[in-house]
Amino acid sequence: MKKGTQNYINIHTESSPQKPFEMFKQIVKRTFKGEMFVGLWIVFREMIRFNIHTIQYPKEKLPLSPRYRAVHKLLRLIESGNERCIGCGLCEKICIANCIRMDTKIDENSRKVVTEYTINLGRCIYCGYCAEVCPELAIVHGDRYENVSEQRAHFVLKDDMLTPLDLLKQKEQKEYPGFGAISDEADKFIKKTPLAY
Amino acid sequence: MSDLAYIIETILKIVAVLTIFSALAGFATYFERKILAFMQRRLGPMHVGPYGVLQVLADGIKLFTKEDFIPQLAVKPIFKIAPVIAAATAFTALAAVPLFPEFEIFGHKVTPIISDINVGLLYVLGVMAIGMYAPLLAGMASANKWSLLGGARAVIQLLSFEVVTGLAVIAPLMMIGSLSLIEINNYQQGGIIDWIVWCQPVAFVLFLIAGFAETNRTPFDLLEHEAEVISGFATEYSGMRWGMFFIGEYANMITISFLVSIIFLGGFNDLWFIPGGLAIIIKVAFFIFFFLWARAAWPHVRPDQLMWLCWKVLMPIALLNIVVTGIVLM
Repeated sequence: MKKGTQNYINIHTESSPQKPFEMFKQIVKRTFKGEMFVGLWIVFREMIRFNIHTIQYPKEKLPLSPRYRAVHKLLRLIESGNERCIGCGLCEKICIANCIRMDTKIDENSRKVVTEYTINLGRCIYCGYCAEVCPELAIVHGDRYENVSEQRAHFVLKDDMLTPLDLLKQKEQKEYPGFGAISDEADKFIKKTPLAY
Repeated sequence: MSDLAYIIETILKIVAVLTIFSALAGFATYFERKILAFMQRRLGPMHVGPYGVLQVLADGIKLFTKEDFIPQLAVKPIFKIAPVIAAATAFTALAAVPLFPEFEIFGHKVTPIISDINVGLLYVLGVMAIGMYAPLLAGMASANKWSLLGGARAVIQLLSFEVVTGLAVIAPLMMIGSLSLIEINNYQQGGIIDWIVWCQPVAFVLFLIAGFAETNRTPFDLLEHEAEVISGFATEYSGMRWGMFFIGEYANMITISFLVSIIFLGGFNDLWFIPGGLAIIIKVAFFIFFFLWARAAWPHVRPDQLMWLCWKVLMPIALLNIVVTGIVLM
């Protein structure tokens, strides 16, 4: 096709009748076509089938895809229970809504630790860049989309997002399969770095 | 003594009809919501009571306790009286409709009709036609453009379809020779073959179509069509005044269902093994279901199409039907 030309498709339309007798024929045809009864039958059939699609929301919920991007979570290392976040600040840098803020310091063991970590959910557009960029799989998107609270500040502080230690002990922290997570066969693609030679 | 007994009996009948049919109108809204929901693969009201049965009660409480709002520029007395006309005419029309066959209670013969007047059908249609004043006055008194448009539509629609109703029902009346609904019912005593629908199918269809138009049900629900005129004549109404329009509409629906069943489908005569009282309940229930069914299935027509249908199609057919019936009867 040449650039700049449009590929129009003519939809076949019934030619409208011109002569009075043709008009009369069309009226008769439409009158006795029984289309109204087709409509009646369709709704009646659906009533008998009783294939109800309603989800009674607070009682029932739709299953979410693992790629669903709701309120963020901060994960812990499963064996030691330490925070995964190393305070690199990549999420803060990449966030296009500028809603992530973090404070870090060097602690007594000369390790960088995160003292404050907040996400302004009023600004967050849930794009998932923070989860994608995180090198440690520390910040991920959870499945908690019902963010209703008495205070706007809830959910967004570090303590609200971090997996509590007791839940970690009960093995409640699941590895994140969604946006930004490593793929299942990631081990196969690992290559030795020059340092190992 | 017998006079007193007659008066007491009549008052009891009136109270029974009023209470039962108001309750039925309420439950009709529940069934309407449920059936429409099932036909659209939804569940309908589910939360108030088991399967949402008590939704009617909740709606009633809501309507009764809502603020009775009257617009500043409305003509107040007319605005207030219009819904009363809607409900009152709907119930008054039921006075001449025989609801069930005669039965005996404590050795006393009861005829379940408030007043068997010899022009019963004329009376019923006439009173239902007076109901037209309700949307007209409501629309004109509301000081609202949508109300006015809705009221105008109500008048053209109801006035036009009165003609079709009257002409359609003349043909069966010519065969029967009486306007009393009990006489019409007794004419069809000989079982299913005697039903008038077999010799007057055209009149039956015409009367049913006009019934849809006169009760403002869906193919012809122009006067309160939301996408065009918000809620038509009822736009400015709230609370129980609005509820009375609703009760009137549903009571009219039930009346039309009774009329169609009695005139064309053998009324309350025994049907095979089914006793007459049950037979008419089944027929009326079917027609009410049909009203809801049609609402789920069919889109509504434009006002000009409605007028075209009434004056250019239905009325000539009705007239032809009368002529043909007359020729056959001669």
